Amino acid sequence: MTGHAGFIFASYGASIVVLALLIGWIFLDQRMQRKALQELESRGVRRRSETKTDGAS
Amino acid sequence: MSDAVSKTGRWIDLANPTRFLNLASVILPWLGGLTILVLGIGLWMSIQAPDDYQQGATVKIMFIHVPFAWLSMMCYTIMTIAALGTLVWRHPLADVSAKAAAPIGAVFTALALITGSLWGKPMWGTWWVWDARLTSVFVLFLMYLGIIAFTRAMDDPAKSAKATAILTLVGFINIPIIKFSVDWWNTLHQPASVLRMGGSTIDPSLLWPLLVMAIGFTLLFFTLHIMAMRNEIWRRRVIAMRRVAARGAERRTVQ
Repeated sequence: MTGHAGFIFASYGASIVVLALLIGWIFLDQRMQRKALQELESRGVRRRSETKTDGAS
Repeated sequence: MSDAVSKTGRWIDLANPTRFLNLASVILPWLGGLTILVLGIGLWMSIQAPDDYQQGATVKIMFIHVPFAWLSMMCYTIMTIAALGTLVWRHPLADVSAKAAAPIGAVFTALALITGSLWGKPMWGTWWVWDARLTSVFVLFLMYLGIIAFTRAMDDPAKSAKATAILTLVGFINIPIIKFSVDWWNTLHQPASVLRMGGSTIDPSLLWPLLVMAIGFTLLFFTLHIMAMRNEIWRRRVIAMRRVAARGAERRTVQ
């Protein structure tokens, strides 16, 4: 039984590492897209669908 | 009648990406918190669970292996529904949903294969066999990789959406094959023991931690899927805005 501890720790360890990479990648992507959007908005760039409502206000 | 109208109204509201972004920002903190809570409880229950009388402590691998395998199939099913959404209803979020789900599904499938291999070595005496269950899940993993490549092959998301949707629909045939592979063919993998006619064959002391872990990982999947969908909507907006900016710059240089 104790001889199998390595397999249990390896499977839990691999799962934690792989899931951490996935979650980290999604958060990194989120930061990149947010930054790009802010940068474009600060330059005054609007999407076509937004320009109509912006013109009215 | 008026009820039907309001229902379709709500359905269309959800199709609006801006509405989706607002909804996501409300839901995500709660869903993320719930995920951590349920997975925490699930892990604690898994540690407390007794050893199996035949498999000993290696049964602990079941608490992660089975949820990963379940999610690998659920994710593909969601992508198939999204593919129908793209082809039949031209739902604007369907393609976003499918594209965002594919890498997450690939990760869960890879983890099901890795943990299964680490469970197979001490219990079966081998890391891998090319039998029906293992091979069909490996094919699912390759399908995910193919779909990921398809969604990122073309610059225009509208073009890749249709091709990806057709590929996803054709690949769905693999899901019932995976599910019933243990009944149809002679395989090293054990037959279904949780979802089966006549009730589960697992002892409640092992079944409860497994169910809580499965719910926890399912919540994790939906949290990550909504986050990835939001990223994808933002990415498409950034591309659209850069195009507008480039066009504006062109006009200025011409004048």
